[in-house]
Amino acid sequence: MMSSIRERPPDPAAAVSVRGLRVRRGGREVLRDVAFDVPRGSVVGLLGPSGCGKTTLMRAVVGVQIVQGGTVTVLGRPAGSRELRRTVGYATQSPAVYADLTVQENLRYFASVLGAPRGDVARVVDEVGLGPHRDQVVATLSGGQRSRASLAVALLGRPELLVLDEPTVGLDPVLRQELWELFHELAAQGVTLLVSSHVMDEAGRCERLLLMREGQILADGTPDALRARTGADDLEEVFLRLIAGHEEVGSR
Amino acid sequence: MSVTVTLATTRRILGQLRHDHRTVGLIVGVPSLLMILLRYVFDEPALFDRVGPLLLGVFPFVIMFVVTSVGTLRERAGGTLERLMTTPLGKPDLLLGYALAFGLVALVQVGVVLAISLTWLDLDLAGPVALLVVAALLNALLGVALGLFASAFARTEFQAVQLLPAFVLPQALLCGLFVPRPEMAGWLEAISNVLPLSYAVEAMREVAREPEPTGTLVRDLVVIAACALLALALGAATLRRRTP
Repeated sequence: MMSSIRERPPDPAAAVSVRGLRVRRGGREVLRDVAFDVPRGSVVGLLGPSGCGKTTLMRAVVGVQIVQGGTVTVLGRPAGSRELRRTVGYATQSPAVYADLTVQENLRYFASVLGAPRGDVARVVDEVGLGPHRDQVVATLSGGQRSRASLAVALLGRPELLVLDEPTVGLDPVLRQELWELFHELAAQGVTLLVSSHVMDEAGRCERLLLMREGQILADGTPDALRARTGADDLEEVFLRLIAGHEEVGSR
Repeated sequence: MSVTVTLATTRRILGQLRHDHRTVGLIVGVPSLLMILLRYVFDEPALFDRVGPLLLGVFPFVIMFVVTSVGTLRERAGGTLERLMTTPLGKPDLLLGYALAFGLVALVQVGVVLAISLTWLDLDLAGPVALLVVAALLNALLGVALGLFASAFARTEFQAVQLLPAFVLPQALLCGLFVPRPEMAGWLEAISNVLPLSYAVEAMREVAREPEPTGTLVRDLVVIAACALLALALGAATLRRRTP
């Protein structure tokens, strides 16, 4: 099953189609022959421990990462193409907003850069629940609020693909729940979301999972399929069994 | 390139400064204070008439260099540059946005320092004030352009601050502010001939001494503008959409 996707050609109908992706950073092979597809209109979770290459993979999908080999096709075009600059929204792990501007000023600026309609600013502020803080300078926000401000920027202009690097870190459970509801609402409207997390309890909220470890995709499937494959119920346990199985195969 | 995006960038940078009163105060206040000190430390109007205008050329250059190099380094380190590089924003939009914003700030700076110098400090200027402002503005843009370029060589704010002595002090020593350039050793003069600040200082001297614009002044202004454009182009080359 895993080998078949490597041999298949990139799927132009998929939101993201990656084949044979290799990336070296700081003299180390961070991604080793990664291949997967992300179907359109789904919420796909990219899970794995810190340092396994999730961020590098997301950077490659957005097209800001220099890659050593392989292809990354996004919405039918090579990642980083000019045409994708309005249709892919990206929120990095550390919030990429101007700390010395207010939430609204940040959003207004990015909205004009993206050519997003004026009303978008008010919409995304509400979507991430920052309404009461819209006129607050970002530097005075809490960490979670700051990362929601950064998420709001990614939502501007209604992108077709959202690449979100650990968007729910440090949020209280109620907010986390609300953000996941937002992600599913967006997916229902046809938006594709690639969301990374290192917390396993978020895995259950995704329609599909990509489990990563040491620069490789260990498993790719729906949470239920992965449970069935490993015979474990808890996704943490699923991950552990997949690692054990992978190491066995590797040592043989 | 898009005018809307360039202007939005200018507005954004000015917005950041609006939230930072202290930086604005320093940009305008420090050169004013230095000018006043210069006038009264020497207490010799003839000397002030000679050196004052040169400093009016050097201040905008130095201060805009520092502000821009640290500002763009923050964009690089804070992830906002990477985010912008995933959007339709063109590199010229960002560079011109910076140049325009800090050009406006430089206009305020030069305006205030010049007003203080001409009224309170009795600076005697032979040439037209407007030309002095033009020359000072070009110097400010040169500082912005070099600052953008230099920021590519710094990874941290500690390093960015060290760029000031590295990029600016050698130019300040060789630009003719301390020793007239023709009196320097041949090899030093040759070096000073290729450094833009030499032309900036010479331009200010021409405006201060000559009632009418001279050929030298025009040449100097063209050289400064060309250097600023060259540095902007080099700065654009350091902005990468893809990074390792």
